[in-house]
Formats: sequence, C-alpha cells, structure tokens
Amino acid sequence: MTIILGIESSCDETGVGIVRLDRDGGLTLLADEVASSVEQHARFGGVVPEVASRAHLEAMVPTMRRAMTAADIALSDVDAIAVTCGPGLAGALLVGVSAAKAYATALNVPLYGVNHLAGHVAADTLEHGPLPTPTLALLVSGGHSQLLRVDDLAGKITEIGSTIDDAAGEAYDKVARVIGLPYPGGPPIDRAAQRGNPTAIAFPRGLTGPRDAKYDFSFSGLKTAVARWVEARERDGEEVPIDDVAASFQEAVADVLTAKAVRAATELGINTMVISGGVAANSRIKALAAQRCQAAGIELRVPRPRLCTDNGAMMAALGAHLVAAGVKPSSLDLSANPALPVATVSV
Amino acid sequence: MLVLAVDTATPAVTAGVVEFTVELAGENSDGAPRLLAERVTVDARAHGELLTPHLRDALAEAGRALSEVDAIVCGVGPGPFTGLRAGMVTAAALGHALDRPVYPVCTLDAIAADRPGEPVLVVTDARRREVYWAAYDARGARTAGPEVAPPAEVADRLADLGVTRVAGPPVFDFGLPAVGPEHPSPVGLVAVARADLAAGAEPGALTPLYLRRPDAVEPGARKRVSRV
Ligand SMILES: [Zn+2]
Repeated sequence: MTIILGIESSCDETGVGIVRLDRDGGLTLLADEVASSVEQHARFGGVVPEVASRAHLEAMVPTMRRAMTAADIALSDVDAIAVTCGPGLAGALLVGVSAAKAYATALNVPLYGVNHLAGHVAADTLEHGPLPTPTLALLVSGGHSQLLRVDDLAGKITEIGSTIDDAAGEAYDKVARVIGLPYPGGPPIDRAAQRGNPTAIAFPRGLTGPRDAKYDFSFSGLKTAVARWVEARERDGEEVPIDDVAASFQEAVADVLTAKAVRAATELGINTMVISGGVAANSRIKALAAQRCQAAGIELRVPRPRLCTDNGAMMAALGAHLVAAGVKPSSLDLSANPALPVATVSV
Repeated sequence: MLVLAVDTATPAVTAGVVEFTVELAGENSDGAPRLLAERVTVDARAHGELLTPHLRDALAEAGRALSEVDAIVCGVGPGPFTGLRAGMVTAAALGHALDRPVYPVCTLDAIAADRPGEPVLVVTDARRREVYWAAYDARGARTAGPEVAPPAEVADRLADLGVTRVAGPPVFDFGLPAVGPEHPSPVGLVAVARADLAAGAEPGALTPLYLRRPDAVEPGARKRVSRV
C-alpha cells in the first residue's frame, strides 16, 4: 500500500488530504482537513487574492499537523505528495506548491504537480470507486463551469465546454448581493429558493439558441437580467419577492447546466456523468440532473458536498491515480501555473 | 551547528548552508558563522520555482544531508513580493518535516549584519515608489524601523537617524555612500539569529513583516445595471 498526501491552495481553502492506495487499486480516505478563509472575504463580496494568500501561509503547517493526527500517521509514512499547481490564484498556488516541494524534499518522496480541475473529478472516485471510460464531468463552482470528457484520470481529459464569462458560483454571489443575501451566495439562495416559485419569473437561459455554442455556458446575461428585474420592482416601489427571484434564478442555472451536460453525454455516447465543484452541492442542480440523467439512461455520480468543494483529499486521490498509473513525478523546479489547461493533468 | 538559511523578501532567491561552533564557555569570536555553500538567483518571479532546488544544490555542494541540519533561519521581510511567502512556507514546512526549529529574522537586520562598522540605513524596494527601511548603529543594533515610506520621507530623517551609509538597491539618492548589499546573505541571516541558535532559545512566531494591509475595498452601494 502507498500513502499519498494531497495539498490544495488554489483559492480560499487550505486543504491537506491523505489517501491510501491499496495493491488492488482501491482508495481509502484517511484524512481531509481544510482551513477556509471564506469569512475573511465575506465583507468584500468575493475572494481577495492577497487575503487568501496570507491565510494559506498561516494555515499550511497547522492543517498538515491536523491531517497527520486525523489519519493517525507520521510524516515519515508518506510515500508521495500531490499538489495543486493550477489553475487558480497565483499567490495562493505559490504557497501550496512551495510547501509541497519542501515536504517532498525533506521526506525524500516523489512530488506530483497536478491539475485542480482533474482533482475535482478524482474526488468522486473516493466515494464511488473507479470511473468508467469515458466519463462526462460537469464542474461547477465559484471559479469554474466546465464540461470535461474524461478518458483517463491520470492523463487524458478534454474540455468540451466552459463558461464564456462568469462561473456559475460567481453568478450566485452577484445575485445574492442584488437581493440582499450574504456571501457566498450559493447556500442562502438555495434556501430561499426552497420557499419560492421557480416559474414565477422567466429569466433567460444563456447560450441556448440554435446557433450558440452548444456545450458552452454564459451566466453574465442572467445575472444582469436578475438585477434589472429587481431594480424595476424597486423603482416602482414594489416589494421584491426574494424567494421567487432566488427560485427562478436557480431554476435558470440548473436548467442550463443540466440540459447542456445531458445533451453532451447523449451526443458523445457517454453513459456516466460526474458533477463536482462547490455548486454541485446545490439541491436543485442535483435534483434536476438526477431526473434528466435517469430519463436519458445516464448514471449520475455526485460526491458528498464535503468532497465537492475544494479540499486536499481530491488532490491526494488524483495523486493516487497517477502513482497507480506509473506516471513520472514532477521536477523539483516546477512552478505554479494560474492558467494551467485542463488537458495537463500533471506537469 | 549546521543551519539552513533562506530569504525571499527581496528580488533575490537566497539559500545557504552555514555552520558555526557553539562555545560552551561564553561567546567567542571563533564561533562566527561560516558559509559552506550558497545558491542565489536574483529574479523576483522565480522564488517559488527555485528556492527548494537552490537549497538542495547548496546542501549537495556542502556535502551535507538535510537530516544533519540543526536549525533553519528564515528572512521574514519586510517584502512586497508574493515570493516572500515562498521562503516562509518552505522554511515552516522544512521545520515541521525535519522536526527542527525555524528562527525568524528581519531581512533588513540581516543586510545590516553584512556591513558592520558604522551606522547604516538599510532600504529595500517596497514597490509603489516606496521603500522598506530600518536604521542601525555601529554595532549593528536596529535603532529605527522597520517601516515603509516614500524614500524622500526617509531622506528627511537621515540627520535624526545618525546614519552615515546606505545599504540597498539604488532606488533613490540619499546623498550617502552606498555600501551594498542589495539582499541578505546566508551568513548575515544566521548572524542575526546566532545568539538564539546557540542558546537553543524558543524561536519567535514565524510571521511575515508585511507592513501593509491587503489592497481590498469593501463594496459600496450596489451599482445599478439599468439605464434610468
Ligand atoms: Zn475548485
């Protein structure tokens, strides 16, 4: 068996995960410790890169210590290290990459610089086992909105669609602000939406016209439409039905995401879909995806919410797939790459 | 005593292996830190990339293994570069993995330690047309700073500070003889922490000297998207 340590610092979560890779290829999650700086960003209404970077530096070693305690292992038991080297915030990535290099050097173990997006897909294998080939992955969070074709987690991932403007999670944050709900916007909008009518307001579905890119997303127009609708109400001195706005907005997001994902899977002949990323925890997106996947004969896999948001466990899981596949480790002079393309699973 | 020294608070990526003997009966000049090997690259964008390879290469040249290292000394700024954190997290992680103490050192103190003899003003580039600065007496003890300020403001205080020389990059003409260096050396870093190292003192908190708050503004009233 092999013990793989995963380090994540691409945005506002400092994550350290530990995964055991058994001889038969099975993965066991031993630790998943996360220190979040989300509260420090709340009053700014979005992640402030310098604040996130400072928090990563403070949290890195304490989070590592907690992970060792949780897994009940010593650092000397670690056999390999995987670290997010992109995509993400440059200053934030630098902290995790630098720490990973130091740990790998001190422990004399191989280091894998790995792709954060591939990590989100790998998270699902911790809960549901190996992925069938091929698998379609829908990644939705504050930072990403992507459709990926995954032929091999250790090396062959192809982007087939992505957002042309805002990420889905960003739209949630901006709409939350418009209707006076707190940051981050996902959970409070989801809660308000449970009480509202999803068909109350017909918000636009971006990029769903016959000539639009069929697998790409756009949430900027939706966000603006919500703001316009709310402002018009306010101007007329009418009360804004927050629950209905939340429910109708959420319905538009869930509709577009799941419709495009199911269409992609169907057209590409893919029978398994994974949804991951922070927004995958959204109740309506999960429910609508389940309904549409079932109708289309697609198996849907959604990791539990804790594994959907950014964490070190997913990076350790990805590292375990690389180790199992015999992929060559990274060089010690690897650097963070804020714009690392998803096709580059490891550097 | 074998010490690893790292600093990434200036454009230089600095890694060195330094040794000194600890005198059992009080201080002795024989115990001055001695450089075994160093790797320094001046490139403000390469801290994350080069620091660990530099440490590895310096150790190899010194013929020592990481397991032989007794302690780590780390420059904690002040520094404007994202890279400052690369050095600090590297030192913290090494300290954790090797179970060795990590001693924080003000980077400006380390530069002053490299130029003993006369009172000196140490400056480093803080970007945004400002400098980080501190003043030192002839014995190398800090008498003012560290602070961040426009260089002209520092120049106005020179008489009060009583310094006769300036060490640092030529970002401003202070009207004083420049004595370099522009970045700290491994020996300078270790010299500042030498007494604590020799005494086995509990290291201070490994906290960066940012001297500035993050640039972030709280959003004001919501911007309207409608044209009214
Ligand atoms: Zn993510």
